[in-house]
Amino acid sequence: MSGNNEDIKNAFSEIKKNAEKNFNESRNSDIPAIYIGMATCGRAAGAEEAERAILETLDERNVKADVIHVGCIGHCYAEPVVIVDNPGFPPIFYYNVTAGKSKLIVKAFLERGDPLYEHLLGAMEENELIPSVMGFPRFGMEKRIVMEKCGHIDPEDINEYIKKGGYASLAFALSKTQADIIDEIRISGLRGRGGAGFPAWKKMEAVYGSDSKEKYIICNADEGDPGAYMDRTIIESNPHQLLEGMMVAAFAAGASKGIIYVRHEYPLAVKIIKKAIDDSNRMKLLGENILNSGFSFHIDIFEGSGAFVCGEETALIESVEGKRGMPRTRPPYPVERGLKNKPTVINNVKTLSTIPAIVNKGGKWFSGIGTKSSPGTAIFSIVGNVVHAGLVEIPMGVTIRTLIYDICGGIPGGKAFKALQIGGPSGGCLPESALDTPIDFDSLTEAGAMMGSGGMVVMDEDSCMVDVAKYFLEFTKNESCGKCTFCRIGTGHLLTILERITNGEGREGDVELLERLAGDIKRGSLCGLGKTAPNPVLTTIRYFRHEYEAHIHSKRCPSLKCRPLTAFYIDLGKCARGCDACVGSCPVDCIFTTKGRKKGIDQEVCVKCGECVTACPEEYNAVIKVSPPHLVPHIEKLEESK
Amino acid sequence: MAVIFVDNVEIDAEEGRTLLEVCLEKGIAIPNLCFIKHNDSPSASCRLCFVEIEGIEEPVTSCTVKVKDGMVVTTDSAEVRELQKTAFRLILSTHRIDCGNCPSRKRCELIKISRILKVKLSPEIYDPIERKVKAEEHPHLIYDISKCINCGKCVYICKKLHGRSYITFARRGIETGISFFGEKDAESIPCGKCRACADICPVSALLFYEHYSDLLKKQ
Repeated sequence: MSGNNEDIKNAFSEIKKNAEKNFNESRNSDIPAIYIGMATCGRAAGAEEAERAILETLDERNVKADVIHVGCIGHCYAEPVVIVDNPGFPPIFYYNVTAGKSKLIVKAFLERGDPLYEHLLGAMEENELIPSVMGFPRFGMEKRIVMEKCGHIDPEDINEYIKKGGYASLAFALSKTQADIIDEIRISGLRGRGGAGFPAWKKMEAVYGSDSKEKYIICNADEGDPGAYMDRTIIESNPHQLLEGMMVAAFAAGASKGIIYVRHEYPLAVKIIKKAIDDSNRMKLLGENILNSGFSFHIDIFEGSGAFVCGEETALIESVEGKRGMPRTRPPYPVERGLKNKPTVINNVKTLSTIPAIVNKGGKWFSGIGTKSSPGTAIFSIVGNVVHAGLVEIPMGVTIRTLIYDICGGIPGGKAFKALQIGGPSGGCLPESALDTPIDFDSLTEAGAMMGSGGMVVMDEDSCMVDVAKYFLEFTKNESCGKCTFCRIGTGHLLTILERITNGEGREGDVELLERLAGDIKRGSLCGLGKTAPNPVLTTIRYFRHEYEAHIHSKRCPSLKCRPLTAFYIDLGKCARGCDACVGSCPVDCIFTTKGRKKGIDQEVCVKCGECVTACPEEYNAVIKVSPPHLVPHIEKLEESK
Repeated sequence: MAVIFVDNVEIDAEEGRTLLEVCLEKGIAIPNLCFIKHNDSPSASCRLCFVEIEGIEEPVTSCTVKVKDGMVVTTDSAEVRELQKTAFRLILSTHRIDCGNCPSRKRCELIKISRILKVKLSPEIYDPIERKVKAEEHPHLIYDISKCINCGKCVYICKKLHGRSYITFARRGIETGISFFGEKDAESIPCGKCRACADICPVSALLFYEHYSDLLKKQ
């Protein structure tokens, strides 16, 4: 298929020259540039208010500066993020930029040259003046391949992407044969980032080798795990890298039509990727006879309606075909019979976004990063009880301990680590003893969790593991498509049993029943959703069996989390005579006065909201929470207090 | 022609045919609820027709396996029975057991399966779950979700006979059942002359009004 290599080279250098010219005209390097992180997360944290304040202050003070929207840099704890590139200074990273801070940045830094040391996180490059962010482990210990440009470029500007090296891998790939590209990806050892870790080159080769005239490539951006937002961020921050990777993969597999399946609930991502496709079409990087190579390729957007199961590849295909999103049996796999029964490559956003770097730098370079069986980097959205939450990209093989404690700053409030939930509703909970597990496909699976798409929730000592399992089961039970027996009904029963355990109505033998049913669902279900849905239950039983047993046998929640198993009382030894702080905080008026003008809680009325704990002054800390509830001492209610 | 061995019995079968279909023709009892003859893409949703095949680690659904020469199949290993019993009990936990008043009692697939598996017609260790779904009205049909086992045969047959389906699955999770696209006009749908869905329903979850009134008269 490859056309004349000279033609391709010339066509691309022409496009690149134009892009550079257009980009240079759109920016003025003599005045400061202010980059604001405007992905969904930044906007939610208040980036729009910050931008408004910056624009108003610039106008008011008559200061000239370019305000540029960029995507998300992945540092959620620091949102809204503003990077200021003021001539004479290195680019500076400001965190938690409120409207007030925005004004200050304009007045102090842009007008007076004071970089506001108390509000900056660091400089974006090494310099003499300001410490670099790279000295901060959250930056320095990461290895960014896929997210290298995220938060640094304007996602809606194709010229900037091309100027900074974009679409070079496409031009290079088109001058090679399809087999060359597949071979390069085979050498890289790239495994699918959607969860299961299937070698990416195998799918391409299978479709490439098929006789069918019609072939498809689908990008799976139906991200649905609770707490996971990697795909959204990549699309919102660097959509062209995804398109470029998809084009290279399509060329290798021989597909002429691509579909990006993205959630309707990601309106900004949809808008940005649509614009990126239009821009690429306009620049003739997409469409007929790309770069005079003879290769033609078109991409369409398909907006999913929000069913979690449509992230499963066969259900996704059904959904694109206009049917109800229910998985098909595999085999046949989509590479044999996919969309419209034609051979189809389906890959996750992260997998496709990795491809340009592999083609540019070579498969060997990529295989040298990470571990032998899982080369490359892993992207996680790490949330929950962790200091520096956000998106991290690390080489595979880094241990969980390094990730949580060194890179992400550990657990806030000096609390103890309890468990890490990896892989969303399909994954599992790993305990403290698993902290030294390296993060790669095989080690995590062995430990009972899975890589999944990259959601990570850190939990501290206050989390009840039965409650956590219940949370995830509630999710899968509602998201089951209802097709096969085990998933449709089995998850419902798992949830019922977990509910009765957390309500203090657990029966003898319930743990064994959970194990048996969970094992059967795992082996018996039709698709990946059902096969992995019991993992949260199985791993919490495996590592925290004692918590289940405490709930069932002694009706006690060791983490004091499950409401029916806990109660509050006021310690009369600590309660201050005549202090009424808790009384007003109680929404149900259940706090009464007892002997010595101290307070007691009416257990019959109490709804266990915990407001009195917050209201009780720190120097007394007299409200105590216990489990099981019968440990509450009897406190006499005085008649005259009424 | 291929030769396969099912529970140590030699069977001649055409290569490429569905294993379940071949076994059923030879009178080998394998529990199934969603299987339909000559359907190229089986839904494999009831999860009952598990068998063990030599060389494959876990039990597999026999409706999705094609016959291959030399295949060695076991239909009643402990592993297979465990999965079948669980699936069967799960189905029964959402099926209202009321055999005395059920028009299907003489041909009931669930009763047949309970005999094959040698278990009671009861969910046993699982508490029954009542699916709380508002009944949808239809000009001809009455749908009883408390009986429905979600086999999907009605959806399949309707589409096959009419080119498009007038019945579809609706909702998610345990509340999944069938729906009629909200059709109210008796004239615009072929249901008045067609009885296929009610005929194929193995548990009488779908009934035509005249069946239903017969039933009420008997009670």
